[in-house]
Amino acid sequence: MTDNWEPVVIAYLCHFCSYSAADLAGSMRLEYAPNVRISKLMCTGKVDAQFILKAFEDGADAVMVSGCEEGDCHYLEGNLRAKKRIAHVKSLLKEVGLEPERVEMYNIGASDAPKFVRAVNEMTERARKLGPNPLKKKENTVPA
Amino acid sequence: MIIAERKPFDEIKQEILNYKKVLVLGCGTCVSVCMAGGEKEVELLATELRMAAKIAGKELVVDEMTVQRQCDKEYVEAVIEKAAQYDVVLSMACGAGVQFVAKTIEPAIVMPAVNTKFIGVCEAEGVWAERCRACGNCMLAEYGGICPVTMCSKGLLNGPCGGAKNDKCEASQEKDCAWVLIYNRLKAQGKLDNLRKFTGARNYTFQASPSKQVNEAYVRPELAVKK
Amino acid sequence: MSFRSQLEAGKFVVTAEVGPLKGTDIKEIEESAELLKGKIDAANVTDQQSSVMRLGSMAVSSLLVNRGLDPIYQVTCRDRNRIAIQSDLLSAWVLGIRNVLALTGDLPALGDHPQAKPVYDLDSVQLLSVIKGLNEGHDMNGNELKGKTDFLPGGVVKVYSDSDATRELQIIKMEKKIAAGAKFFQTQAVFDAADFEKFMKRVAPYKIPVLVGVIPLKSAGMAKFMNKNVSGVFVPDNLIKQMTDSTDKMKTGLEICANLIKDLKGMCQGVHIMAIGMEKKVPQIIDMAGLNK
Repeated sequence: MTDNWEPVVIAYLCHFCSYSAADLAGSMRLEYAPNVRISKLMCTGKVDAQFILKAFEDGADAVMVSGCEEGDCHYLEGNLRAKKRIAHVKSLLKEVGLEPERVEMYNIGASDAPKFVRAVNEMTERARKLGPNPLKKKENTVPA
Repeated sequence: MIIAERKPFDEIKQEILNYKKVLVLGCGTCVSVCMAGGEKEVELLATELRMAAKIAGKELVVDEMTVQRQCDKEYVEAVIEKAAQYDVVLSMACGAGVQFVAKTIEPAIVMPAVNTKFIGVCEAEGVWAERCRACGNCMLAEYGGICPVTMCSKGLLNGPCGGAKNDKCEASQEKDCAWVLIYNRLKAQGKLDNLRKFTGARNYTFQASPSKQVNEAYVRPELAVKK
Repeated sequence: MSFRSQLEAGKFVVTAEVGPLKGTDIKEIEESAELLKGKIDAANVTDQQSSVMRLGSMAVSSLLVNRGLDPIYQVTCRDRNRIAIQSDLLSAWVLGIRNVLALTGDLPALGDHPQAKPVYDLDSVQLLSVIKGLNEGHDMNGNELKGKTDFLPGGVVKVYSDSDATRELQIIKMEKKIAAGAKFFQTQAVFDAADFEKFMKRVAPYKIPVLVGVIPLKSAGMAKFMNKNVSGVFVPDNLIKQMTDSTDKMKTGLEICANLIKDLKGMCQGVHIMAIGMEKKVPQIIDMAGLNK
């Protein structure tokens, strides 16, 4: 692909924990990969397989979904449901011919900004290794 | 309701291999509730097909539509005009729906996207279980409301086969022996004597397929069956 | 003397199982028939045992008739609908087969053609009532037969049940089988005399001949396997230990079997030896148990 390709990572973060962690990372002036595009949800329990497929159809190179730590979900078990759905989406990706590793579930507590940073960097690196999403339209490539 | 499961993606891909414009047609009733072929599953399948085609460098238009019921004339007729714009309709309804759509838009091509499995109930979120074989001659009154035709893997009518182990079926330790369930239910109801009655062999004329059911009170005069 | 006349005369009878093999080679069967002739009162011929497709029970029963051994033709409900079953019964009668054992039959899913359609058009109780009808000269829809049968119908019953519900259900079904015409019962294999005694007390009021089933053990592993997987079979720990400790497993297995027969014979009217794969040892078991004619 083009030399100036940079992966696009979509992050679905829950309002109560992981988004707060992202916010805190900013306040703490922690540096993380600028490739991430954050979408805030009330709870990862809201994440539908279709959200993720759509993200890939529209060219995302990786998708991360992050909820509260297991057992700490503000809605009790939304994050556990998301976990199952992510497993399902992995099988859908495999069916259509995309690498299941392009999507991952994380659990990041509100105070755990460093974990958020690690997660974003990890997904960005993973996408970089996997290469561009073959569904990506050329014009979607991000200039370096 | 009728329980179905989506066919494997590769099989669906094979079905539409030679077509360029596909309409994925969902059904808003049974298969919607059992999450096999409702609006949401239509969206997912259509997206998957588009993605797979694009990855393979294939030109494929995939559009989506869901009607309330594919087994009902008034809903299916609404599909005729739209379906005419496609090479193939991929129906996500049960086998009845697929056939009804195929008949309605004849000779257009209609392909099935789900496997129709059984008539059943929702036991828990994401879990459906068979309860009725549509035998046409309900015997539930005799068996405490547990159907031996459906729930006994051999459909026996006069008691268990003797293959049960730990009160589970010979077929699988995952399945309860229907006769143990029937025994316990009838015992609780004080109706164990029901089990002592001889039940004759089933009458398959009740299930002469293809079956038809007519309610004369509702048949329009011009369509009434001539006697 | 025929199996039936022995049974009706109240004599103690001995039966053994002859399992048809897969294919057309009948050498084994002929050898077994030769060995068992005069030693036993009847030979049960299994019907696609364990749902494994093989030579048919009617053909093998007929071979036994021709070799002077009285067969008990086993008929399961698994593979044939009521038309085929009734027709087969008429055919069996014409071939000289006189005893029928009605069974449900294991599920096809457990055999070597798991994709097969499970038929079960009739169940074992209905099958017995069909045989009764054929004996009376009519088919199950009341149509008259030109020439009727006079079979001796039998049923099977499980002695050991692992729950109260299944135990009661076995007894209820046994009553229904008797009402439907069963004239004798053969049981699933018994390994515990006390358990069998309890069972016989329970069914004594029915005044029906019961032939207790026995299986010679080949190894401790076989016993454990049956305990885990075979419904209605329970081998007690002391027998498993005897098998484990034995240096001559074959001998110990046959001894256990013979001793068991000695313990059980006073409680019932016959013994049914299921020597799965060891048919040729049956005469030896009979000798050891002192059942020689």
